[in-house]
Amino acid sequence: MSPPKLLEVNNLHVEFETYGGVVKAVRGVDFSVAAGEVLAIVGESGCGKSVTVQSLMGIIPMPPGKITGGSAKLKGEEILGLDAHAANQFRGKEIGMIFQDPMTSLNPTMTIGAQIAETLKVHRGASTKRANQIARELLIRTRIPEAQKRLNQYPFEFSGGMLQRAMIAQSLACSPSLLIADEPTTALDVTIQAQILDLLKELQARDGMAIILITHDLAVVARTAQNVCVMYAGQIVEQGAVDDIFYKSAHPYTLGLKLAMPSNVSDQNKKLEPIPGSPPDLFSPPKGCGYAARCPHAMRICHQENPPLYVDASAPHHAARCWLQAPGAPKTQGLYQPNLIASDRQ
Amino acid sequence: MIKTVNLKKHFHIGRNQTLHALDGISLTIAENEILGLVGESGSGKSTFGKTLIGLHERTAGDAFFEGLPLPQKYTAKDHLRYSTDIQMIFQDPYASLNPRMTVLDIIGEGLALKGIPRSDIQEEVAFWLRRVGLHPDHMSRFPHEFSGGQRQRIGIARAMIIKPKFVVCDEPISALDVSVQAQVVNLLEDLKDSLGLTLLFIAHDLSMVRYISDRMAVMYLGTLVESGPSDAVFFEPKHPYTRLLIQSNPEADPILERTRPSAALTGEITSPINMGPGCRFVDRCPEAMPQCKSETPHPRLIGSDHEVACHLYHEA
Repeated sequence: MSPPKLLEVNNLHVEFETYGGVVKAVRGVDFSVAAGEVLAIVGESGCGKSVTVQSLMGIIPMPPGKITGGSAKLKGEEILGLDAHAANQFRGKEIGMIFQDPMTSLNPTMTIGAQIAETLKVHRGASTKRANQIARELLIRTRIPEAQKRLNQYPFEFSGGMLQRAMIAQSLACSPSLLIADEPTTALDVTIQAQILDLLKELQARDGMAIILITHDLAVVARTAQNVCVMYAGQIVEQGAVDDIFYKSAHPYTLGLKLAMPSNVSDQNKKLEPIPGSPPDLFSPPKGCGYAARCPHAMRICHQENPPLYVDASAPHHAARCWLQAPGAPKTQGLYQPNLIASDRQ
Repeated sequence: MIKTVNLKKHFHIGRNQTLHALDGISLTIAENEILGLVGESGSGKSTFGKTLIGLHERTAGDAFFEGLPLPQKYTAKDHLRYSTDIQMIFQDPYASLNPRMTVLDIIGEGLALKGIPRSDIQEEVAFWLRRVGLHPDHMSRFPHEFSGGQRQRIGIARAMIIKPKFVVCDEPISALDVSVQAQVVNLLEDLKDSLGLTLLFIAHDLSMVRYISDRMAVMYLGTLVESGPSDAVFFEPKHPYTRLLIQSNPEADPILERTRPSAALTGEITSPINMGPGCRFVDRCPEAMPQCKSETPHPRLIGSDHEVACHLYHEA
């Protein structure tokens, strides 16, 4: 038996009730995060990556949202479906979270110092003086120059990159064992993005903090992650170590994403191959594979039945949800097709 | 095709302060060429596009289109006159389409202004909807019925239906998903080839700009630091800022990312208020010399068509 994971998510289902009907945003997601691991969840808008982590944090508005199935265990304890009081016990303390838009995620009427100190007072019962002192140390740790002066400033006095650092500082206040970063660099320039990614990697390496990084950018994944889940239409279509995902892509969607991006390394001037069409409507998800309608290799069965997860026997963490991995399926150019074994996970 | 000489745009922001958004940009764009303009937010790249086509009045300098000077301040008449040759595609496909107009009215507005009869407009709009990968039936719909990628195609059809010669694309793909970005980029390339268009492609995605552009120009705080053939600028960057910018650009290649050193640029772009002489990049430059603080570097030709504004380099 392997040691228990830091976070284990099993068969998570999330739905939203809207005027137009029920949106099945997350349709059976399984993944786990080990202590000190950086896991990237990558996918396009609407694939359910943000909803997945928001449901872990208990910050999905309910209603209209509803967790209709599954479990998520943090250090062996269930965190789904907790009441507000119980959720507050681990939120911020065990799991920290940073968001895409630091400008709207921080309170504009409180100083940065007061916002960081608040976390410490609530969770650790620190005195105001002690909390301010730790807040200052946190700003220094996240490399914010002139920390003492910055503590007394308001968010509007910060640049986007500095605000993201301040939000990281706040999320680190209680030394969480897991940090969820939802598109932390999407709003930032590439030079500032490099600074923030370096900072996250440094914190992970030094403090052994696990990170779930939500992003749509494969290049950010390549720079930061150890393991990757690729999501499409509310499901994980491929997961594995970062090298397996990039160099042994076993799902046509992963392959399609790579071919749609310009590369400066190999085949520099190869024409981009866009993925035709757009993701399916999750009001009524397709009966078969969610990607079948856009997949250049779709077979009849792909439209009829959702494929099981096929696991690579030589790298058991590498798995793909695709009928092309079934025994006897046609060989497809560019796709990694070892003999994968159907897992009993559905 | 397009030429600017020492183009300046200053904004007065009160209390005797001046924001130097563009400080002497001299740039040429050849016919049927895509020029990619990159830089961080606040570098002035959007202001350049807007000033060039008269959406901002320029403070000083000259701009030429097909050898003829463009007016410094556009009158309503000028806008109408130049809009047949010069068009723009905007960044935000949600904000740049009027939500109360149908797709037919949005795409056909330019033709209607020219006094073309409605039945001809309908035919032309149907053609362009098909050309950008939408369906002619979509004509009677409103923008809210479309996804981001589809809206961007509507914006492209609106610009192209006039048969312009020059199009400014201001971050046309940054609001789109990866798979849809490729659709839009390929469409722009096709249109450029089939219509013989000239494009100014403003973006912050370096890999995409290198891919689509023939030439590339890098801006920093209202000045042009480097310009040249895209591959030369990307693979052999000369200006310290360009070098650091390209090293910060992540590649979708984990082994490469693990082996190359992190080269995060320290500090942040400042705002160009009341600038004195000297290089704009001097405070963040790892190779700054005393000369850089006092003397403004001017663009120097260092290779075929490759210009750098940096005291480290001398005219070839």
